[in-house]
Amino acid sequence: MNEEIKTFTISIYTENNIGLLNRISAIFQRRHINIESLTTSQSEIEGVNRFVIVVNISEIQAKKVVKQIEKQVETIKAYYHTDEQTIFTESCMFKIKSALLFEEPQIQNIIKDSNSQIVTVNKEFFVLEKSGRRHEIESLRRDLNVFGIMQFVRSGRIAVTKSEMKISEMLVAFNNQ
Amino acid sequence: MNTETEKKTKEVAQTTERITGSEAIIRCLIEEGVDVLYGYPGGAIMPVYDELFKFRDKIHHVLTRHEQGATHAAQGYARISGRVGVAMATSGPGATNLITGIADAQIDSTPLVCITGQVASHLLGSDAFQETDIVGISTPVTKWNHQVTKASEIPEVIAKAFYIAKSGRPGPVLIDITKDAQFEEFDFSYKKCTGIRSYNPVPKINIDAIEAAASLINQAKKPMIIWGQGIILGKAETELKAVIEKAGIPAAWTILGASALPTSHPLNIGMVGMHGNYAPNRLTNECDVLIAIGMRFDDRVTGNLNTYAKQAKIIHFEIDPAEVDKNVKTDIAVLGDSKESLAAILPLLNENSYPEWLQEFKDLYDIEFEKVIKNDLHPTKEGLTMGEVLNEINIQTKGNAAIVSDVGQHQMIACRYADFNKTKSNITSGGLGTMGFALPAAIGAKMAAPEREVVAIIGDGGFQMTIQELGTVLQQKLALKIVVLNNEFLGMVRQWQQLFFDRRYASTEMTNPDFVTIAKGYYINSKRVKTREELADAVKEMIASKEAYFLEVCVEKEDNVFPMIPSGASVSDIRLS
Repeated sequence: MNEEIKTFTISIYTENNIGLLNRISAIFQRRHINIESLTTSQSEIEGVNRFVIVVNISEIQAKKVVKQIEKQVETIKAYYHTDEQTIFTESCMFKIKSALLFEEPQIQNIIKDSNSQIVTVNKEFFVLEKSGRRHEIESLRRDLNVFGIMQFVRSGRIAVTKSEMKISEMLVAFNNQ
Repeated sequence: MNTETEKKTKEVAQTTERITGSEAIIRCLIEEGVDVLYGYPGGAIMPVYDELFKFRDKIHHVLTRHEQGATHAAQGYARISGRVGVAMATSGPGATNLITGIADAQIDSTPLVCITGQVASHLLGSDAFQETDIVGISTPVTKWNHQVTKASEIPEVIAKAFYIAKSGRPGPVLIDITKDAQFEEFDFSYKKCTGIRSYNPVPKINIDAIEAAASLINQAKKPMIIWGQGIILGKAETELKAVIEKAGIPAAWTILGASALPTSHPLNIGMVGMHGNYAPNRLTNECDVLIAIGMRFDDRVTGNLNTYAKQAKIIHFEIDPAEVDKNVKTDIAVLGDSKESLAAILPLLNENSYPEWLQEFKDLYDIEFEKVIKNDLHPTKEGLTMGEVLNEINIQTKGNAAIVSDVGQHQMIACRYADFNKTKSNITSGGLGTMGFALPAAIGAKMAAPEREVVAIIGDGGFQMTIQELGTVLQQKLALKIVVLNNEFLGMVRQWQQLFFDRRYASTEMTNPDFVTIAKGYYINSKRVKTREELADAVKEMIASKEAYFLEVCVEKEDNVFPMIPSGASVSDIRLS
């Protein structure tokens, strides 16, 4: 199996449990793997949570880590995927001085060209929101940075996989046991 | 009201009653068949101890002298009986003192349920007196853990705890219960846990894998089995023996697999690993099919992975999918419970024998006997060896004793030389290597199996780590036999210093107290042996004793344990001197 370091998206379906985040992050920590981003949310199944974790590791490591995660009592199922196997996005927000909108007319073009949206505007500042790939967000940040950014924040990756994960079937199978 | 609902309501009415959380804890333990638990009281667990007092005719609480002793005793209890060991402690330092035993149980797959008291829920996170985040601390070393803040959660959580601890690959579970939940009253009823939807403890057997494994085994010219604790945990001793005998395959064991097949069995070729036997280590790199059963290719077993069994096809029988391909790349993985898997493969195996291949093991054994074993067991030099003490214990117990060893040179000697006639007879800290394990673990083992001769073999270093548990031996009136092999050194570390650090004996020499006087202080019959002439009689007297007995044997100070695979070397490079 490939030992080349790649970006993997690890998707984990879990019960909603207070300590589980600790348990899962400890698996990466033990192996000295840096978590690039981590997002948890409700999944498509009522009462089941989904973690999306992005790491740069080899496929051998990814496989071992996923097994360790699945071993946790409250993990229903875990998977790893490459970028090609997922549809993924990140989102970000910029807080910028409102005056710049009038002083620097290019900003309006940047907003339009980047497909970002103004969430709110008041006398002091306006807030811009954008979803997309990392390079698009980075490019927007560089463009706006020239004029000054009051605050910038970017979320972790969220991703859906191209292939099926069949969690509902697994849960139905358990209930029928 | 229809009859169905009526019936249900009636059932509920019959099975619920209003009790406190702390009473519920004890009632749950009784429901789970717990008859003994090990622990230490303190502020945040006092309501539970109060209930223990009321239920003292049903459940026996053993006051250890340190909470670490409570977890090790629970481990000893679990390891010899196959049941879940239970330990209890208060919050803060009581809880943190459990951690070493919990970590030991985690790495050695021992089923434990640990219950800790916690400060009242309104104080959580406030740095209250004796508050510690034990759920956070124990997370990496438990199979599962949970904090209870409401009495009503107690039955379900404890039921889950026992189910998780003992199912699949066993392990330790910790339940942290706030003091207000212990006081709170609720409607109690108990239902055992039989399944958790996110948890699949035993993978289903894949018949294709079984068939592929059988075909590979049937074609092998030089097959070799290495079994581990998975045989004992899976109660698969009979199935293992049947497979070994039918297929005629030489079989070796890991330290935790010891005793699953009697030492005297003609196909038992000894222990693998760093201080294992010469033949199985060397021939790991000669076999054509390596059949690993319920073992996890620990680094102490494999040595350098890049030169480990590269010539062999590897079949791995394993209950825990995370172990497959973790260290050694497997050709065929047979997931599932060891008992079921071995029973399934048995009819597919050809009757076979490999006399020439077996002779290779015998030839290497002869070399090991000449160069190492003879001098260990039947020494002619002046000083006493650890090996001859084990030999004497074998003679006096006829190989029927349960040997509980600590960690270090004496442990390797005990595992190498103890005769095991019965399964679950080798209780030792394998994965974690916890010094101080043996005395409290032997207490738990003796209590779980009072009919068995339990002999603790301990070094002078490890003995002093949990020496206070002599008080528990005294209070419980246990007929435990305790042997300290005293070389006035932390012997294993000293051996490494001698071999790899140019004899710079940094902090390994010990100025020891008079152990016999200490044992006498605990009213335990005791004797010190310094010469070969005294040894046999002393061991005989110890084994004959109906009460606890302490035997100190002053052994040669600078003996080394061989064979040895130096750390990071190949199993082929095992040294005899």
